[in-house]
Amino acid sequence: MIQVDDKIPVDDKVGPTDGSPVLDMRDIRKTFAHIVALARVSLTAYRGEVHALMGENGAGKSTLMKVLSGAYKADPGGSIQIDGKPVTIDGPQTARALGIAVIYQELSLAPNLTVAENIFLGREQSKGGFTDRTAQEAACAAILKRLHVRFRPSTRVGTLSLGERQLVEIARALMSDARILVMDEPTTSLSTRETEHLFRIIRDLKAEGIAILYISHRMEEIYELSDRVSVLRDGAYVGTLMRKDLSAERLVSMMVGRDLSSFYRKAHTANLARDVLLEVRDIADDQRVHGCSFDLHAGEVLGVAGLVGAGRTELARLIYGADPKSRGTVTLAGQKLDIRGPQDSIDAGIVYLTEDRKGLGLFLDMTIRENVSINVAMRDALALCFTNFAAARARAAAAMKTFAVRAGSASVHVGALSGGNQQKVLLARLLETKPRILILDEPTRGIDVGAKSEIYRLIDQLAASGIGIVVISSELPEIIGIADRVMVVRDGRIAGFVTASAERPITQEDVMKLSTGTRPAEAA
Amino acid sequence: MTEGTTTADAERLRGQRIRLAIQVVGMLPILILLCIGFELLSGRFLTFNNLSIVMQQASINTVLAAGMTFVILTGGIDLSVGSIVAFSAMFSVICSLIPGFGLLGIPAGLAAGLVCGLFNGVLIAFLKLPPFIVTLGSLTAVRGLARLMGGDTTIFNADLPFAFIGNGSLFGIPWLVVIAFAVVVLSWIVLRRTVLGTWIYAIGGNADAARLSGIKVWAVLLFVYAVSGLLAGLGGVMSTARLYAANGLQLGQSYELDAIAAVILGGTSFVGGVGSIWGTLIGALIIAVLTNGLILVGVSDIWQYIIKGLVIIVAVSLDQYRSKQGART
Repeated sequence: MIQVDDKIPVDDKVGPTDGSPVLDMRDIRKTFAHIVALARVSLTAYRGEVHALMGENGAGKSTLMKVLSGAYKADPGGSIQIDGKPVTIDGPQTARALGIAVIYQELSLAPNLTVAENIFLGREQSKGGFTDRTAQEAACAAILKRLHVRFRPSTRVGTLSLGERQLVEIARALMSDARILVMDEPTTSLSTRETEHLFRIIRDLKAEGIAILYISHRMEEIYELSDRVSVLRDGAYVGTLMRKDLSAERLVSMMVGRDLSSFYRKAHTANLARDVLLEVRDIADDQRVHGCSFDLHAGEVLGVAGLVGAGRTELARLIYGADPKSRGTVTLAGQKLDIRGPQDSIDAGIVYLTEDRKGLGLFLDMTIRENVSINVAMRDALALCFTNFAAARARAAAAMKTFAVRAGSASVHVGALSGGNQQKVLLARLLETKPRILILDEPTRGIDVGAKSEIYRLIDQLAASGIGIVVISSELPEIIGIADRVMVVRDGRIAGFVTASAERPITQEDVMKLSTGTRPAEAA
Repeated sequence: MTEGTTTADAERLRGQRIRLAIQVVGMLPILILLCIGFELLSGRFLTFNNLSIVMQQASINTVLAAGMTFVILTGGIDLSVGSIVAFSAMFSVICSLIPGFGLLGIPAGLAAGLVCGLFNGVLIAFLKLPPFIVTLGSLTAVRGLARLMGGDTTIFNADLPFAFIGNGSLFGIPWLVVIAFAVVVLSWIVLRRTVLGTWIYAIGGNADAARLSGIKVWAVLLFVYAVSGLLAGLGGVMSTARLYAANGLQLGQSYELDAIAAVILGGTSFVGGVGSIWGTLIGALIIAVLTNGLILVGVSDIWQYIIKGLVIIVAVSLDQYRSKQGART
């Protein structure tokens, strides 16, 4: 267990009701290879309480819930008790039989089946070998009534909204007599009205005596719903606050902790005095992004923070032209751009590093040489679009040297490289086009510390050469460490900016408050 | 830690080299074994005459399979090539009947194929319809057009001005074989020596990444289906030249299946991005050798079907095995 501030009460034995907890997780540990995802975390839940679980991205909340639901097997040493009896959860089936149900962020329903069919999927009621549709739909209707929904058991799930589908998941949990309900960021994709409906249902379930473990980043929801809040950080349990002790300051300071590593570059705010290179005005797709405007200066590193699902990647893809925008303009060095697709952006000098290196970035079956040179292959091409192999070889050799790519030769398939080397190849490819604006989406995700610091050094060099750089990252220390200015995105809008100054560096609290909405947005 | 990474890298490199070796050599040993086997069984397989016949029989399928290679490398499929062969052959033979302009039959056949290919390409590249569905539709529709054109009869031209293509030879090598080989070489140049070729592999390997890299995916897709159509048109012309005739109903029936089989036998991945045109050539030769050899050995028509089908299934299993070998974390 990690060191905890004295003022934070670490007493998770205190329950809202008398009696013993329905769920008691003790000293849960989970490691993947050498990475400790959970370090002796304990958690309890009582009948009829909403117990919120908070923490930064990657703090271990989802891992803990996956241990509870049987998706992961915890390392030996810890224990889980349900109703005071020790249990072993060795798979999702066991968890379900114990009355544990999880509503995941990514919903797991079959859109082509009806509500009733989904709810009874895998445990169909049968009569003489045939599915007993009538019985199923009757049972289903009773539960849907409890949830105050408008759709019927025979409705096809594909026609329902995301919020309604979530209710179907809840109905499925109720059908299996769940007593412990885990909700992982249930409101991420819900409208305000759907959220209100969900909260009403949560209160009803609470009244029925169901224990609800509620994962969320949003302070308002935590205030509104929870009886207790537990905080995790870096896979360790930090502490639990009772409802009466809740305050945003306390929660944020519990969530973010302390030291910034020294390997980030120093922010040089002088860059903000340089010319504005990129102006983004009111850009939107009206689904995930609702009108964002910001400026990027030459040589500036603009950090983009925000919670998962806030619309950061979507914003970047809109600017790059990867997805169609419904409105808004992008102006580069005073010239308004007409971007219809990635090719136009690349030609204009804007490039985008995807967060999904393998899925959307690299050609794993192709060589380093081909990957590095593919964006400029046409520029280099000889007559009749014959490939200029000499140019490609030269580019690959230079890139491998500059980026210190560790591989036998440029003819190695990119799929055979480690994550860090793959990321370097992808970055090298983008820089071959000589961009003026670089949008990096999670540039250090899944790569080792050595490669990370090399990428930070590179970002610093590129900024010094006058390129405007946007860095999207879910790691707050990283953003604060490398950015001159941090832009916070929340619910598809810009929640505000935090600028570092000589007197006062950016703190994680500043950013977290904007991300979770505990402070009104500042003007840019 | 550095050391550990290097060892892992070295292991991965070794795996990659083995995979590459399998890819390059591919089905060549099987082709050679089949040839030796049929020679031992029949005693008259490895004669100049018979090999010349085998290659002639392989030629049209090789041309179709070359076009199919382009399509499958992008992760698509073209089921309509057999029907396009019939359509363009009919068009070719009808145009060859124009007095004094009989040679028009050649460009006419090619153009007919190209138009069909472009039709497929437009639907797939612009309307983003699934290739399987689009070409399944044109498989039927183009077949109907082919029958319509000749009034559902066989059309002859005894004085076909380009009959030499189907029956003549150049320095002792049949023209059909020369053409098929030229198509393979040209395809290799496009696929391996031009930027367009790199884009074709890139789209098959990762279509999303290709789009984000600024590759005009629609243009490349239009190109590959146009090539497939054009080469099917060439196949139609070759067939007309050989037969002095064309029939909208029977010609080219199930040619698409032989072409697909050749591509898959040649080691091109069904999901795209991996494969080579030389593999396709070997695949087409295997099919021709099987057909010819089984006849020489005296296997009945019915058993030929069964054996050929099983060979294709075995080949696809090998493809699966290989892609599993290449699976990455």
